[in-house]
Amino acid sequence: MTTSKPVHRVKPAAPTQRSPRTWSTYPLWFFVPVLVLFVVFFAVPTFSSFYFSLTRWSLFDSTFIGFGNFVQFFKNPQLYTSFIHTLIYAAVTSGSKIVLGFLLALLLTSPVIGKGYLRAVVFFPVLLSTIGVGILFKSLLDPFHGIVNAALGVLHLPQPGWFTDPALALLTVAGVDIWKGVGIATLIFMAGIVAIPGEYFEAARIDGATPAQQVRLITMPLARNATVTVIILSLIGGLRSFDIIWATTGGGPGFTSDVLASVIYKQYQAGFYGLSTAGNVVLFTLVTVLMVPLSYLLNRKQVEV
Amino acid sequence: MTLSSAHVTATVAANPVTISVLAGGNDPAKTKFATALATAFMKANPSVTVKVETRPGGTEGDNLIKTRLATRSMNDVFIYNSGSLLQALQPDNQLVDQSGQPWAKRVTPEFRQAAGTARGLYGAPVSSSFYGGIMYNKKVYAKLGLRVPKTWNEFISNNQKVKAAGLTPVLVSYGDTWTSQLLVLADFANVSRQAPDWAAKYTANQAKYVNPPALAGFTHTAEIYSKQLMNKDYASLTFVNALKALATGQAAHYPMLTVVIGNVMQSNPAQVNDIGYFAVPSDSGTPRATVWEADAAYIPKSTTGEKLKAAEAFVAFINSRTGCDIQNSSGTVAGPYSISTCKVPANAPALVKDELKYQASKQTGLALEYVSPIKGPNLEKILIQVGSGISTAQVGAGLYDQDVVQQAQQLGLPGW
Repeated sequence: MTTSKPVHRVKPAAPTQRSPRTWSTYPLWFFVPVLVLFVVFFAVPTFSSFYFSLTRWSLFDSTFIGFGNFVQFFKNPQLYTSFIHTLIYAAVTSGSKIVLGFLLALLLTSPVIGKGYLRAVVFFPVLLSTIGVGILFKSLLDPFHGIVNAALGVLHLPQPGWFTDPALALLTVAGVDIWKGVGIATLIFMAGIVAIPGEYFEAARIDGATPAQQVRLITMPLARNATVTVIILSLIGGLRSFDIIWATTGGGPGFTSDVLASVIYKQYQAGFYGLSTAGNVVLFTLVTVLMVPLSYLLNRKQVEV
Repeated sequence: MTLSSAHVTATVAANPVTISVLAGGNDPAKTKFATALATAFMKANPSVTVKVETRPGGTEGDNLIKTRLATRSMNDVFIYNSGSLLQALQPDNQLVDQSGQPWAKRVTPEFRQAAGTARGLYGAPVSSSFYGGIMYNKKVYAKLGLRVPKTWNEFISNNQKVKAAGLTPVLVSYGDTWTSQLLVLADFANVSRQAPDWAAKYTANQAKYVNPPALAGFTHTAEIYSKQLMNKDYASLTFVNALKALATGQAAHYPMLTVVIGNVMQSNPAQVNDIGYFAVPSDSGTPRATVWEADAAYIPKSTTGEKLKAAEAFVAFINSRTGCDIQNSSGTVAGPYSISTCKVPANAPALVKDELKYQASKQTGLALEYVSPIKGPNLEKILIQVGSGISTAQVGAGLYDQDVVQQAQQLGLPGW
């Protein structure tokens, strides 16, 4: 411990001083292509969806009905449960991704054997198609023919219906989501941890800090940037989550793993285009209302540190 | 055959023309059927080239078809459901009226109603009609000395005997969620027998599933669960595997649509004729079979000129003698035909003969989707809740009554 390993001589992060504004050397019209793409593929669809959410829309024609769709959307009998499921799902997935991601990042930035291999293993699920992951886990966790329950049966353990038991379905899907998404969180944490100047740890070691103290007093506060990023990204992802749920349970059994996005998709499937657009506007608003203040709060505290 | 194809050739222009046909789905049976039709048609009409395209089934297919029609990019001929799904396409505005075609006189009145509106007939029948009810294994019935039940109580007592013999009484396959609906949907002919104006009242927001007689489908679904008369892997069993279990005699009953007999022909050809059909038993003891009308071939208004002529000839060809032969040989005969030119072949699956008995004794009624535009999107999920003991029949029926409000309001129906 006393022998000095080559320490990363990372310069302390540059203070947030800004150089006086210099005018771009490129003319303004260089932005036009991007602006056109933004308007055509983002601004126009977004604002037209606000309009269509106020109509009864059959794809062939649309009738303006004011806030009728929103009234109908909030009367949906599955809305309340799906809202609760959305919050549970977002909290469970983002909470686990933060904790697991941080622990994995600590492990993978420490001098552990086979670090490169382990990093690849942790990141690999991120690269897979979500629908593919859904189908894979649906077959692995099949209650009667899946390999997981077959293994549990050999060990004389209970064989739960992972995706088919109403009490388990939502948490199982959250588990698959965590398996798939924790690699991104780990990557962000690793970037944050690696960026912490090595001198701090060196000084702490000389002062006799235990590894646990180093993590708590140096790594955690100084990786705060990364933590904030992971919290915000994974919460937004959790609130909007749809594909993995659709691929594994379709919101079932019954409605026990339905979230807002799957309720909206089912309305689209049923041909209620105006209604499902209204649902998307509600989801957009929900994510904004939760995330903008949270992001503000987290980033403000960060300046105080 | 020569006569009809000569007639067809005469109506198609001499200039070479290419039309595109959208098959009724993308499963092997539907693709094979459309391709066989196209090949035979091109042989009879060398000036016409027919390109076959496939599409997803289910709601993905519904949305694809609506999008293509709305953007005027629909294929020249497309095969799609009749009934309420057709009505959602606004046929009067979107499709070519075919009521003047020679074949139009030969369709049954039920099909005329299912594939048209007051202003026109838009589709020609494709494949046979089919029934909903209970598919059962005749060998199991013979072995256990059971009789086809007429009342629900007889059905339950048959099931208890099957269970005592160590077999699965009723197959439940929630691995494919749509299969959860059959005890409700296939009971509709019994509902309309007791209350002939039920569908009209339902459309006008005056009849509800939460009340008898319509509630029966929900209580039956709950009863199968509460008496534990289903397979233990009910939550994840898929319908293809359920059919295999039925065909091989591991199970006695499967509430289903008889159209799936085509799948049994693929998976268990030797056992096709072990499978029979009976209508959902009713409390009255005089059950009626619920009929689903044939799919139909439609022509969008965006098809015009030479292509329209070729498309009309192709649609007429489907129910020509060659067309009927292709329909019979492609293994999709699951019930009586909806047009008088096609006949059920002598070698049709055994369950078709069971269906024809109901037709002969006039104990049939149309499924709800042909007499009302209202079908809530969540029926299958609600019935899984009822059929897995998550909620009671009464609660499930109440939820479904709430669910259809969305549909009725989106359709802009009066009284909602």
